[in-house]
Amino acid sequence: MLEIRNLHARISEGREILKGVDLAVKAGEVHAIMGPNGSGKSTLAGVLSGKPGYEVTAGEVLYRGRDLLAMPADERAREGVFLAFQYPVEIPGVNNMYFLRAALNAVRKQRGESEMDAGQFLKIVRAKLKLLEIGDDLLQRGVNVGFSGGEKKRNEVFQMAMLEPKLAILDETDSGLDIDALQTVARGINALRGPERAIVMITHYQRLLNYVVPDRVHVLSGGRIVKSGDKDLALELERTGYGAYGDAA
Amino acid sequence: MTDAATARNLAPLREGYKYGFVSDIESESAPPGLTEDTIRFIAAKKHEPDWLLAWRLESFRHWQTMESPRWAKLRIAPIDYQAATYYSAPKRQNAPRSLDEVDPELLKTYEKLGIPLNERAALAGVAVDAVFDSVSVATTFQKTLAKLGIIFCSFGEAVRTHPDLVRKYLGSVVPQGDNFFAALNSAVFSDGSFAYIPPGVRCPMELSTYFRINAAKSGQFERTLLIADKGAYVSYLEGCTAPQRDENQLHAAVVELVALEGAEIKYSTVQNWYPGDAEGRGGIYNFVTKRGACRGARAKISWTQVETGSAITWKYPSCILEGDHSVGEFYSVAITNNFQQADTGTKMIHIGRNTRSTIISKGISAGKGQNTYRGLVRIQPKAENARNYTQCDSLLIGDQCGAHTVPYIAARNPTARIEHEATTSKISDEQMFYCQQRGLSKEDALSLIVNGFCKDVLKELPMEFAVEAQKLLAVSLEGSVG
Repeated sequence: MLEIRNLHARISEGREILKGVDLAVKAGEVHAIMGPNGSGKSTLAGVLSGKPGYEVTAGEVLYRGRDLLAMPADERAREGVFLAFQYPVEIPGVNNMYFLRAALNAVRKQRGESEMDAGQFLKIVRAKLKLLEIGDDLLQRGVNVGFSGGEKKRNEVFQMAMLEPKLAILDETDSGLDIDALQTVARGINALRGPERAIVMITHYQRLLNYVVPDRVHVLSGGRIVKSGDKDLALELERTGYGAYGDAA
Repeated sequence: MTDAATARNLAPLREGYKYGFVSDIESESAPPGLTEDTIRFIAAKKHEPDWLLAWRLESFRHWQTMESPRWAKLRIAPIDYQAATYYSAPKRQNAPRSLDEVDPELLKTYEKLGIPLNERAALAGVAVDAVFDSVSVATTFQKTLAKLGIIFCSFGEAVRTHPDLVRKYLGSVVPQGDNFFAALNSAVFSDGSFAYIPPGVRCPMELSTYFRINAAKSGQFERTLLIADKGAYVSYLEGCTAPQRDENQLHAAVVELVALEGAEIKYSTVQNWYPGDAEGRGGIYNFVTKRGACRGARAKISWTQVETGSAITWKYPSCILEGDHSVGEFYSVAITNNFQQADTGTKMIHIGRNTRSTIISKGISAGKGQNTYRGLVRIQPKAENARNYTQCDSLLIGDQCGAHTVPYIAARNPTARIEHEATTSKISDEQMFYCQQRGLSKEDALSLIVNGFCKDVLKELPMEFAVEAQKLLAVSLEGSVG
C-alpha cells in the first residue's frame, strides 16, 4: 500500500526534518508512529498528504505502486489518501454537510462511481453519526466553526468514515480528547479496519493504542525511524520514555 | 509568487472573457459628440414628444454646470465625453411583433450569451425585455401580463403608450440634476425598461432585462422605471454581459423604483461586464444611479446585487423610506480581480416612523483589485423608532489587493437603533489545503469558500439567478489563488 524509501524532507528554505525515513505499510495493517516533540511526525504526515511548505530533498514514496510525491494534494485525496488533521481549520459559511457531500462526490467520481443523491447520502450519514456520537446540529454548522476540540477530532474521524479512504493517516487524533471521546474516536477507527485499508496513526502517547491495537509500532526520532516492533514496543515506551532513542532535536 | 507561477495562474484569465465577441449588425449611430443637437437627434430618432425633449434639454443644461464626482476611492482616467457616441440602434430592426421578426444575428448573439430568448422565456417563465445596445428588440409574455393589467415594455414604448405614467414618475426618485452621471443619463438616455404593476396585483413571473453593450464606442444609457401600485408585488431581474473591447466604455444608467402603500419591489442584478484584461486595459466604466422610494406605509424595496464585472463600478442602490413601517434592504456581493476597482454600497434614508433597513455587503478582493464599501444610513428627525442593521464583510485573496469600508451614519432622532458590524478576513493556505485534502480541486475549493462567504447574499437571489451567480463567482476568481 505505502512504501517510503530513504525520505528526506525539509521545511521550504529551512532545516531538514526528515533524514531518511523508511517505512512499509501493507493493506490491512495498522501502524503507529510514535516519537517525541519535534521528531518529524507532523512533517511526515504533511509530506505524505501534499501539504504546501515542505520540500522533499531525497527518497521516494510509492502509494499502491504509484509515485505519491508526483501527485497534487487533491489527487492524492481522490485516490484514497486521507489525513485526519491535528488542527482542523474553520471554514465559515460552508455548511459541514455540504462540504462533506462535495468531498464524497469528488472521491466517488475518481472511483468511477456515480454521485450520491441526497437520500442515500443522508442514510449513510445517519449511521456514521451514531457510531461517533455526533449530534445532527454539527452537520448544519459551518465546517469546524465553533466546534470544541473534541468535536473537531470526532468530525475528522466522521469524514474519514464517510470517505472510506485506502490509506488513512491520523495526525495526533487522540490529543486533547477526554477518555470518553477517546473511546468513541477509537471505535470509529476500529470500524474502518479492514483488509483493503491501511491506517497510520501518529501519536505522542500510548493510550490510544489501548483501544486501537496496532500491528506495528515505530519510533520516529531525529527524523528517522529508529526502532520498530509490535504493540509491546508502545508499552515499553510508556515505561521508559523516549530518552533511550536519543535527543529528538 | 514567482513570475512563472504568476503566468500560470493568470493563464485561465488570458483565455479571455468568454463573452468577448462583436456581432455584425449595422448600427445607425449618432455622430460622436454631445451637444443639444445630439439630444434633438436622439429625440427625433425615437419620435419622442416635446415634453420629453424639453426634459432632456433641461437635464443637459444642468449637466453642463456639473463636474464628475471625485469623492469615490477610484482612479479613473479622464473621460472625453465628446468622443463617445450617444445613440446607436440595430438598423434592420423595425418594431418586431414576435421573435420571428427579430434579426437572426441578434438572436444568435443572445444564444452565445447563453440567453436563448424564446426557450428561456417559455421554460423559465421569465418575461424578457432584451435591450440590445439602445433599442429594445423583443418583449415576451406581454399578453399574459396585460391580462393582469401589468405593463412591461421598453421605455420608449411606454413613452408612446403610457405617457401619463411616465411623465408622473420619471425623475421623481432620481431628479435630473441629482448627480453628474444621472444628469448625463437624463439628457441622453436611449432606452430601457418600464413596468407598472396595478393595485393589489402580484406579478406572477420574474421580470427580466438582459443588457448588452455592443457597437464600438457607444455609451450605454439605460433608463429603467418600475412602479408597484398599492399592495402590488414584483420581482425584477437584471443581468448583464458585454463583448470585449480595447477601449473603455462608459455606462451610466438610472433605475428608479416606486413602491406605493403596502407594495413590494425586489430588484436583483447580476453584473458581468467586461472587466478589462489582466494588465488592466479596457473594461467597462459603470456609473449607475439606482434608487427606490417607499412612498406609502408598509412598502418594501429590496436590492440584491452580484457585481463581478466592469473595470470601474460606481454604484449605490438606495432606499428612501418615506412611508411609516416601510422597509429597505440591500444585499451585495462585489468582486474585484486584476485591476478592477469597485466603490459600491447603499444609502438608507429613514423618513417615516418605524422604518427598518438591512444592509449586508460582501466584498471580495483578489489580484490588484480595490474594493470599497461606502454606505450611508440617515435617520431623519421625524423617523421615530427607526432601525438599521449593517454587516460589511471583506475577503482578501492574495496580498496585493485592498478592501475599504466607509460607513456614514447620521442619526437625527434619539430613538434610532443602528447596528454596524464589519469583518475582514483572508482565505488562508490552511483552508485551501484542508479542502484539497478532502479531494476538491483548487478551483472547487476556492469556489466553495467564496460561496460560503457570500451565502447570506446569494440566498436572496431568485433560484435560477443564484446558480448563475455562483458560477460567475468561480469564473471571476479563476487563477487568483496560487
